[in-house]
Amino acid sequence: MKTRPNWPAGLFAVAWLVIVLGPLVYLVTVSLRTRSEYLGKSAWSIPEKLTLENYGTVLTGGFGQYLLNNVIVTVATVAIVVVVAVPCAYAVVRSTGKFVQRGFTLLLIGLAIPAQATIIPIYLLITRMRLYDTLTAIILPTAAFALPVAMLVLTNSLRDVPRELYEAQAIDGAGPLRVLVSLVLPLARPAITTVGVYTALNAWNGFLFPLVLTQSESSRVLTLGLYDFRGQFTTNVPALLAAVTLSVLPIFVVYLIGRRFLLSGLTAGFGK
Amino acid sequence: MSSQRPSGWYAVPAFAFFGVFAALPMVLVVYLSFTTWDGLSTPAFNGVDNWTRLIQDGEAHASVGRTLLLMVVSWLVQTPIALLIGVWAAGKQWSRAVLSSIFFLPLLLSTAAIALLWQVLLDPNFGAFIGGPLFLGDTDIAIYTVVFVISWQYIPFHTLLYQGAARAIPASLYEASIIDGAGRLGRFWNITLPQLRYTIVTSSVLMLVGSLTTFDTVLILTGGGPGTATRILPLHMYITGFSGFEMGYASTIAVVLVVLGTALSVAVMRWSGFRSMSSQQEGS
Repeated sequence: MKTRPNWPAGLFAVAWLVIVLGPLVYLVTVSLRTRSEYLGKSAWSIPEKLTLENYGTVLTGGFGQYLLNNVIVTVATVAIVVVVAVPCAYAVVRSTGKFVQRGFTLLLIGLAIPAQATIIPIYLLITRMRLYDTLTAIILPTAAFALPVAMLVLTNSLRDVPRELYEAQAIDGAGPLRVLVSLVLPLARPAITTVGVYTALNAWNGFLFPLVLTQSESSRVLTLGLYDFRGQFTTNVPALLAAVTLSVLPIFVVYLIGRRFLLSGLTAGFGK
Repeated sequence: MSSQRPSGWYAVPAFAFFGVFAALPMVLVVYLSFTTWDGLSTPAFNGVDNWTRLIQDGEAHASVGRTLLLMVVSWLVQTPIALLIGVWAAGKQWSRAVLSSIFFLPLLLSTAAIALLWQVLLDPNFGAFIGGPLFLGDTDIAIYTVVFVISWQYIPFHTLLYQGAARAIPASLYEASIIDGAGRLGRFWNITLPQLRYTIVTSSVLMLVGSLTTFDTVLILTGGGPGTATRILPLHMYITGFSGFEMGYASTIAVVLVVLGTALSVAVMRWSGFRSMSSQQEGS
């Protein structure tokens, strides 16, 4: 099919490019400016000299701890979600029991629950469980709220597995556990990847649970660290933007490596 | 054969987990809405006091109004832009592929990062628009600035949905219409839009529920200010509970949030003649 160039659409796309890229260019260039130049010159003037000093300021200011906490929270959340959701999805697809099917329906209703609305009772539960101000306090609810989408993606993918494959395994004398390990796990791998990416991004960028459920420096995650940096660096905006840039860097590296997985993960389960 | 099916135990850990940290809090929030609680002591039952207070609370009503305004304006801004860019980016030209991978960059930034970046950019003294309007400081403009920042963050995601959906439209439909002599606009109107209707519904639900529960963007960007100009419902709940230590009353506001969210999802589904979200998703 031949297409003529679509000029109005192209112009619109370029305008959007400026809106998207402009702030990002601003972010990186200001983070490389000296403080006096930021205060003394227009934002769009060509910088006289660039400096990495701001990045040094940030890296010596607890950034490593926040980053480590973020990695722990993200990895633990993904691990919990995958470990509990995969067997559950297998049961939902293969079991005929009412308990399993009803539970699954309830879980899907959870798709509509806004996490904000439950933050007060979660705060109550976490303090009563004596988990307040620990990384576990962030991990548990984050994982629970990731489960509905995870289950949706996993059950969709397992439903596409032909019945004959399960039957062949049964004839070979394989019990449910062996079917899970040797059939379900390999076949669900793309779906597990999608779930992993989606859950990881949510956990990585989480803000509300850390804000409400942690307090001290030692259990602070990256997003909250940024929020606090704002207080510390009210007079040092280049350092603040260096912190913001550093917080994006790990995800950006992941994006460059696994762009395809990341994009499919972002739209996981939202249909055609 | 039935003995080879997995037992219910395989589902128990996930259900238990979800039950404790998501379902139980939903029940608890309703209970807490009938109590006085400062966040430290034991919640004390106080009947419908919180609810009668809510009926008279002008600030809460105003925050519902702001939330609805934010939802409607966000939807009006985001939908057309995401739809047009998504359809455009679905084309096969390499230039579109390159541009669209740049368009997705905001998806990589956390909400906290985005809100901080825009706060600095819009700073009236040192930002990028010195001498311009007080984007965050003017009570009439601030909420639209919030809409803009939210759109900047989420349009890429919705673009991605539309791009995927537009790619799935069979090329034969377009070929047939070209033979019939349809122009570019005619094809967009008669083929692309109807084919994308389910995606429009999905995207709209996500967008509206997303704006209903917007929290971190507003907290960081404006803190609800200037005055209370951007104090939307979730922020009103947070400030009441965690800054004012009125957790019981804040739970009442949270219940309103749940009711609004559920009503909204149901309304969009009904209005679009669309039975259930899950049935479409199972078809994908």
